[in-house]
Amino acid sequence: ARKELPKHFRHNRNVWVFIELERGQVHPVSFELLGEGRKLADKLGVQLAGVVVGPAECAGTQCATAEAFAYGADLAYLVESPLLSHYRNEPFTKALTDLVILHKPEILLLGATSLGRDLAGSVATTLETGLTADCTELNVDADGSLAATRPTFGGSLLCTIYTLNSRPQMATVRPRVMATPQRVADTAGPIIRHGLIMVEEEVVTKVLGFLSDRRSEKVNLAHADIVVAGGLGIGIAENLERLKVLAKTIGGEFGCSRPLVQKGWMEVDRQIGQTGQTIRPKLYLAAGISGAVQHRVGVDGADLIVAINTDSNAPIFDFAHVAVVADAIGLLPALTTAFTRRLAL
Amino acid sequence: MHIVVCIKQVPDSAQIRVHPITNTIMRQGVPTIINPYDLFALEEALRLRDRYGGEVTVLTMGPPMAKQALEKALSYGADHAVLLSDRHFAGSDTLATSFAISRAIMKMGRRRTPEIVFAGKQTIDGDTAQVGPGIAKRLELQQLTYVTKIVSIDLHTRKIAVERRSEGGIQMLNSRLPCLITVLDGVNVIRRGSVADALHGARSEIPTWRATDVGIEELANCGLRGSPTVVKRVFAPTPRAEKAIQIEAIEQESGQVADDVVASILEHQSAAEASLCLNGQPID
Ligand SMILES: Cc1cc2nc3c(=O)[nH]c(=O)nc-3n(C[C@H](O)[C@H](O)[C@H](O)COP(=O)(O)OP(=O)(O)OC[C@H]3O[C@@H](n4cnc5c(N)ncnc54)[C@H](O)[C@@H]3O)c2cc1C
Ligand SMILES: Cc1cc2nc3c(=O)[nH]c(=O)nc-3n(C[C@H](O)[C@H](O)[C@H](O)COP(=O)(O)OP(=O)(O)OC[C@H]3O[C@@H](n4cnc5c(N)ncnc54)[C@H](O)[C@@H]3O)c2cc1C
Repeated sequence: ARKELPKHFRHNRNVWVFIELERGQVHPVSFELLGEGRKLADKLGVQLAGVVVGPAECAGTQCATAEAFAYGADLAYLVESPLLSHYRNEPFTKALTDLVILHKPEILLLGATSLGRDLAGSVATTLETGLTADCTELNVDADGSLAATRPTFGGSLLCTIYTLNSRPQMATVRPRVMATPQRVADTAGPIIRHGLIMVEEEVVTKVLGFLSDRRSEKVNLAHADIVVAGGLGIGIAENLERLKVLAKTIGGEFGCSRPLVQKGWMEVDRQIGQTGQTIRPKLYLAAGISGAVQHRVGVDGADLIVAINTDSNAPIFDFAHVAVVADAIGLLPALTTAFTRRLAL
Repeated sequence: MHIVVCIKQVPDSAQIRVHPITNTIMRQGVPTIINPYDLFALEEALRLRDRYGGEVTVLTMGPPMAKQALEKALSYGADHAVLLSDRHFAGSDTLATSFAISRAIMKMGRRRTPEIVFAGKQTIDGDTAQVGPGIAKRLELQQLTYVTKIVSIDLHTRKIAVERRSEGGIQMLNSRLPCLITVLDGVNVIRRGSVADALHGARSEIPTWRATDVGIEELANCGLRGSPTVVKRVFAPTPRAEKAIQIEAIEQESGQVADDVVASILEHQSAAEASLCLNGQPID
């Protein structure tokens, strides 16, 4: 039986997307969410708003607001305060909850990044509303409620979750799960500005410094168009070289299943799957990977999955588009040669 | 120092099976384990206790059988354990879960206020990573998530410095006790408890606290009633509609197979060709 939505929530309107700023740059997941938020807002016949929080005199904050419009927002909310220059839970939670209480959105979406998860959990608890984690699909029901679908039990099952009797309906979505919408230049809209009612002395936690992953410049799995990955079927660490040569030849990144990270054969940021990276390449080539559900959830968004496995019953063949029953160790160098020839590289 | 570690008993996900017709989870016979991510939190707590003195209390909310998880945690070296169990808690989402757990921690605080509450990064079943932040908010603790390293603690000034994983790097934070810490995976390895710990685990009388024991009068905040989210439908992912293209290599020479694979890729994903040509570089 559906519980009635209390009266004071019935006027909640509009879909909001929290725009995540990562040291002055908008996190790509925010664009993906704007694309998804646009569809929801259109179905509901309401407006889509981008929510930006950050210091006032900051190029990043201003740029994020402009980008929100370029990726589909009708309006933007901007909370400006010097306290918001680095991510800290307390001032960010205050900024977002105050804004929600004031303007009453019906849906609030955040990226399921380390920042988004940290923030969404405190905001939802403060507002005592429902929060659905790591959604892979968002939709609007006939009665206008948000149907949020997410994988559970490591991806072996999906479930659809509703937030019945409170608002806003909150959800986080993992990066790269939704497609990035087309950017439209020269768009603009109203910007509603607020300050933050908080002073630095009230914030207990201080940021001492930030150690950037220099390596992350190099490993760009999540955004690669072509990914070549290996699993235990590769046999020995030396065979990884064949994988890397193929990846390099065809201009892709290389990655792996979890056991290879556990063996120390590859760095943890190259692991693909539930507890690693979610990828969305045009081409995913998996060599010697069985296709466990925890791996599958990380690659389901790939346009074309090519799997090489000696076992014709390997689970990966249940979701691969091209199933190659072959010994990967021999086939990898042959593929490098074949690509080189065919593409006249 | 008093440290509370929140642990959850979960089905061993490697052994979960889905009923082929009803699409429901078949839990019968599936062994349960302590959520693997919680063991990193427990080990971190035990190390702090060994270094600064004090005690570690493990807490779980769950059905009576969740006692097994607590016994296991005691056998690793935790000092005390509490089971929070009541039929009113059944069907809790993360909001209701953090409500009940925070009340139990408040009750513990009447004996000895915890300086640190630990939680795992996330669980392997519900997998939301929301319970930790929920507890922090409700108890007004400093919230330190995805912590990779506890750099220093000063019990006199009540200061704590940690490093946490954030997007694109490591954030170094100065904060204050009491705090809630969620621990990133892989930061340590759970110890083998001593023989004395094993006996402690086997022989302890673990108290069970019900809703009224932790002072919960407002049952509307508990269980299904206190949960704004409702799971409407659980289903298995649909298998791909069209059949995969099969390339068998058994009797063939690998050069021929490779040509077939490349042809197939270019035919079915012409969008990839541009990336291949653009970024590809010959190896000599
Ligand atoms: C909580 C949890 C989280 C997890 N997260 C992840 C995750 O993020 N990512 C992840 O990948 N895994 C994850 N796992 C592990 C996952 O369950 C699997 O164990 C793992 O993906 C298997 O890796 P694999 O396919 O490389 O190895 P295996 O399952 O051992 O498969 C090896 C495959 O290689 C094939 N093979 C053997 N020889 C050859 C050959 N010469 N040529 C071609 N094929 C060959 C075999 O037929 C087999 O199919 C997680 C598990 C748990 C419990
Ligand atoms: C299929 C399915 C999907 C779900 N999706 C959602 C959802 O999207 N949103 C939502 O609000 N709820 C959801 N739930 C409910 C959620 O699983 C429960 O609220 C659960 O009690 C805690 O959430 P979690 O497993 O995600 O824990 P997490 O938040 O991932 O756990 C983080 C840490 O909190 C501690 N912890 C968690 N649970 C307990 C406990 N019972 N006792 C002690 N410590 C604990 C542990 O230290 C753990 O490592 C879902 C449940 C199911 C079965």
